[in-house]
Amino acid sequence: MIDTRVIGHLGLTVLLLASTPAPGFAYTAYVSNEKGNSVSVIDTDTMATVATIKTGERPRGIEASHDGKFVFVAAGDDNTIQIIDTATRKIVGELPSGPDPEQFALDPAGKFVYVANEDDAAVTVIDLETRKAVAKVPVGVEPEGIAVSPDGKFAVCTSETTSMAHFIDTADRKVVANVLLGSRPRAAAFKADGSELWITSEVGGGLSIVDPATHTVKTVVHFEIPGLRSEKIQPVGINITHDGKYGFIHLGPSNRVAVVDGTTHQVVKYLLVGQRVWHGAFTPDGKYLLAANGLSNDVSVIDVAGLKVIKSIQVGELPWGIAMGPK
Amino acid sequence: MGRHTALHQSLRNLPQRCLRPMAVLCLAAMACATVGWTGASSAADTQHIKIGYLHGPLSKEKISLIDIPAPNEGLAGAQLAIDDNNTTGRFLGQQFELIDSEIKAGDDPAAAVNALADQGAAFIATSLPAAQLLKAADAGKARGEILINGGAPDERLREQDCRANVIHVAPTRYMLADGLAQYLIVKKWRRWFLVSGSHETDKLFAEALRHAATRFGAKIVAEKEFKDTGGARRTDSGIAEVQRQMIDLTQDAPDYDVLVAADESEVFAGYLPYRTWLPRPVAGSAGLVPTSWNAAFDQWGALQLQNRFKKKFQRFMTPLDMQIWTAVRIVGEAASHANTSDAAKLFAYIKSPDFSIAAFKGQKLTLRDWNLQLRQPILLFDGRNTVSISPQEGFLHQVSELDTLGLDRPETKCKLQ
Repeated sequence: MIDTRVIGHLGLTVLLLASTPAPGFAYTAYVSNEKGNSVSVIDTDTMATVATIKTGERPRGIEASHDGKFVFVAAGDDNTIQIIDTATRKIVGELPSGPDPEQFALDPAGKFVYVANEDDAAVTVIDLETRKAVAKVPVGVEPEGIAVSPDGKFAVCTSETTSMAHFIDTADRKVVANVLLGSRPRAAAFKADGSELWITSEVGGGLSIVDPATHTVKTVVHFEIPGLRSEKIQPVGINITHDGKYGFIHLGPSNRVAVVDGTTHQVVKYLLVGQRVWHGAFTPDGKYLLAANGLSNDVSVIDVAGLKVIKSIQVGELPWGIAMGPK
Repeated sequence: MGRHTALHQSLRNLPQRCLRPMAVLCLAAMACATVGWTGASSAADTQHIKIGYLHGPLSKEKISLIDIPAPNEGLAGAQLAIDDNNTTGRFLGQQFELIDSEIKAGDDPAAAVNALADQGAAFIATSLPAAQLLKAADAGKARGEILINGGAPDERLREQDCRANVIHVAPTRYMLADGLAQYLIVKKWRRWFLVSGSHETDKLFAEALRHAATRFGAKIVAEKEFKDTGGARRTDSGIAEVQRQMIDLTQDAPDYDVLVAADESEVFAGYLPYRTWLPRPVAGSAGLVPTSWNAAFDQWGALQLQNRFKKKFQRFMTPLDMQIWTAVRIVGEAASHANTSDAAKLFAYIKSPDFSIAAFKGQKLTLRDWNLQLRQPILLFDGRNTVSISPQEGFLHQVSELDTLGLDRPETKCKLQ
């Protein structure tokens, strides 16, 4: 069964390599390579890797500053977040992330970074201007996913063993609400209008749709793929289109990205991508979604309007996440 | 000045556990005042949940020096789970406390169970041999005590001798043997040479391996017993003697694919790898060993638990640590979801279809409702790495693939009462 999938995937890739993506978008994607200890730089015009930047050990979480001048990458085994200058593609500094940083998020104003400290049951708040940690907020056991609400009022952190999403008031830097979720919650993402908070659960096997106003779970979306064992379907990264029409859920070792209707919360389609798909990012124009495939060392390019995979791009070893910046 | 520094030092050295109650109270107050759905609860009505850990002494009779248990094996798992329960509990106004109780081998556990009940611990995680566990369960029944067996692998505790007030977290011998057998079948190592020890527990594991062979289609081509005549384990200058002994033990068997050893008593199996007459792999009690956990396991977030454990105790986490961690976490998980400290309500929730526990096995673990055994994958460990995880692909089941491990509902002799 695995063989057929691999062949299918390779076949698809070969077929699609021949077709070229529509021109006219010019952004740069930065892909963290967990095992390669590097960041691959992709030119989205040519959809090719154009540079590789050496980083610290085990780079995972990756985000770009709002002005695109910097890319931040969490080097977990070095207990730091490194700052890459996108103009020179050199590491120019670091942020005091606390131990073993994995996922982190910037607030909409671009002033603060919120870092989940997995081994420390805490969220570290870093002031980007001074590059200093300004607060450490205690949360549940094994904090993992983190997202800031579009209005900047709340940072939400998921904790895997506690199985909760914690709402941190960004003004007071205190936990003000908790939502109990399916086992081992992972990533969290808000809709752009702030109306919904989506959270994936690794063991719960689903996607919880949370009402951020009432702190309640509205519904849980489950994923089933014929012929695949349930433990192969591990929902991880979430990317919701800016208009809220679709959410793309990266399903880990199932090698699929699920497309979820943003209104009905039904699964519309499963897109076959590379192996162990983890996190992704949209191009700023929203036309394409890039998804990092950890075990096949490539990035799948998804045409958002057509809901299809159009290309795959070779990157470094064990790609984990993607940040998007201007060219 | 000197005294000042000393005081400061001793405060710094206080275990986290001792400092926690204060933090818990403040945080619980903060959380409850602001969280809508915890309702009207406040610091004043924090739910207190006490959990006992009742255990016997740890056996130091091991073939390898590396396997001699740390004095806090098992207890450390309970302590870490209490920490984890409290980290979650502080958001819900729940506080957990552990009461450790050790009894001697062969002692009647009734007094210890009653003492735990008197102190208000309604749930007791246990690591006791089968006979002591049954006595503890029966002594606790009248007091409404619920035991969570994290140590005894005996089938009879889940079958003819099952008890309605005992949950089982430890995998059974049949589950372990089935987990191993599925992998050996996948490898097409179907011809087994079974060598078992002469102690009662060795015989029970041998029986589980025979059952697994029949269930999954392996053939036991030869069987042999290794009699424990005393003095087999580590001795000075014993290496040469052991080498000859293992050749003698294995040389007159017909050809086989894998030697399967049943030696829970740790008398000989550890000496088998690389010493068999024919060059064949060893599995069972040595070589490829089926377990609930190992210190190298890092899948599905397990690395985080391993790190947390190592940071707190400066040693590796063993299967017993993990089983007791899971036992204590079950109570914490039920308390978060049922939002109560009432033991009867917690037990009802644990037995309900809504209950599951995440224990770093890539899927939720649930209880078999007919005997309260925790379903779980079995790890196959080579002493260094996880070789595979059972159930293996292709071993299907109409309810849960985890029920391809161990005795299934139609075969059960258990009538919970």
